[in-house]
Amino acid sequence: MPNNEPTANLGVRADERSWAIQRRVLGALVLRELLTRYGRNNIGFLWLIVEPMLFTLVITALWSSTRQIHGSSIPIVAFAVTGYSSLLMWRNIPGRCIGALRSNLSLLYHRQVTILDVYLARIFLEVIGATTSFAVLSIIFTMMVWMPAPEDILQVAFGWLLLAWFGAGLGLTVGGLSERFDLVGRLWPPLSYIMFPLSGVAFIADALPPHLREIVLWLPQLNALEILREGWFGSLMRAHYDLGYLLLCNLLLTFSGLSLVRQVGFDARTE
Amino acid sequence: MIRLTDVTKDYPSNHGVRRILHDINLTINPGERIGILGRNGAGKSTLIRLISGAEPPTSGTIERNMSVSWPLAFSGGFQGALTGADNVRFICRIYGVEYHSRFKFVEEFSELGTYLHEPVSTYSSGMKARLAFAISMTVEFDCYLIDEVLAVGDQRFRDRCQVELFEKRRDKAMLIVSHSHRYLKGTCNRFLLFRDGTIEEHSEFEEVYFQYKQLIGEGFQSKAEMNRAMIKAA
Repeated sequence: MPNNEPTANLGVRADERSWAIQRRVLGALVLRELLTRYGRNNIGFLWLIVEPMLFTLVITALWSSTRQIHGSSIPIVAFAVTGYSSLLMWRNIPGRCIGALRSNLSLLYHRQVTILDVYLARIFLEVIGATTSFAVLSIIFTMMVWMPAPEDILQVAFGWLLLAWFGAGLGLTVGGLSERFDLVGRLWPPLSYIMFPLSGVAFIADALPPHLREIVLWLPQLNALEILREGWFGSLMRAHYDLGYLLLCNLLLTFSGLSLVRQVGFDARTE
Repeated sequence: MIRLTDVTKDYPSNHGVRRILHDINLTINPGERIGILGRNGAGKSTLIRLISGAEPPTSGTIERNMSVSWPLAFSGGFQGALTGADNVRFICRIYGVEYHSRFKFVEEFSELGTYLHEPVSTYSSGMKARLAFAISMTVEFDCYLIDEVLAVGDQRFRDRCQVELFEKRRDKAMLIVSHSHRYLKGTCNRFLLFRDGTIEEHSEFEEVYFQYKQLIGEGFQSKAEMNRAMIKAA
């Protein structure tokens, strides 16, 4: 028979224990998500990293064998690793956020689990997965001298962080909208396919004609990727980006995402 | 204490907005046992959800100075791909309670044996109910929400649930939604009857049950007749 515990005020988020509760809940949700998605069989959690790694490897192999022109002197492997890793980041986070609440609605009966927690857990997992695979692949390829070591690792990290932030903001916004309008959930996959070739996965902005470059640089994720690539191969390329614009987009997306997710709470109808 | 002040709840429906609860005022004090009766769709489960905090009211306020359980033995929160043990672990994590003693309790109480290490999706509905009830007893609350779940499992399991809930937790507040007079009579000291989105408070079981039966169209001619029917059913 379990002991009595002082459980009053469970779920009240504004007291001094709220940070501890928040961490506990997020940790539990992340583990639950991991177990649900990857199970305990074969390599389990490692799929989180192996999945994006396989994708990147296949793309790298394809591009290397076809010697695709990407308009710069950057090695193809390095190109594929930076480009495809970043694509995984901004495409997968919103993908995982769509319908995230619907499949976890019953958890809201536990008062300390908030709607935002459900989204944050999924975003956290995607960021960790993409980051680990990016780091592992970069280290392996750099050691095999298939790609140069980063010239400015801090700038690489900065670009990556901005990209993760962009993905998180976009994920919250798309996720929140998808709860309200089914259409958004259906439109996101085609939309992401349209943005995919434009987001710099297979080119650097400098290789484009100036008028075209002006247009694609409206995509925030391309700005972040240019920052990242400048940090990695600064001497091999000329980067084009607008940090102020990227920050503004990230802020707006975060704000809209948080308000949408909050709004979802008023409409949520527990099963 | 839990206090609901002018609580109203609307849901969108295909025929415009539907008002399920209308200006509900209710105070639940520590240790009170409140039985809830009403026809299907009258708002009983909605009230439970609002009190549990799973949904916000459309208007009005809900104050909670007691810890409130999730609806007892609610199995909707189970993740089918996870094992029973994983689900116990998840609950222990989010409530910040120690796992091993809880797991041992669930193991003994649910009598699921090695099934606890199999995915919940392989359980029968009865097994799920056993697990759900056992997990509900691993965290202590001041107020328990019980929504039509005590009719699960075999008689022996039901008896053990009764002991666990109504004897060991004699001092806790409870909200019990049930159609069955067996659970309400003698268990509750307050009764709420749902009628057109509002609640009527009663303190006499006979009175509330008589009215409830009339409301659902199974009315008795007199209370004496109702009592005879209840004795016969028992």
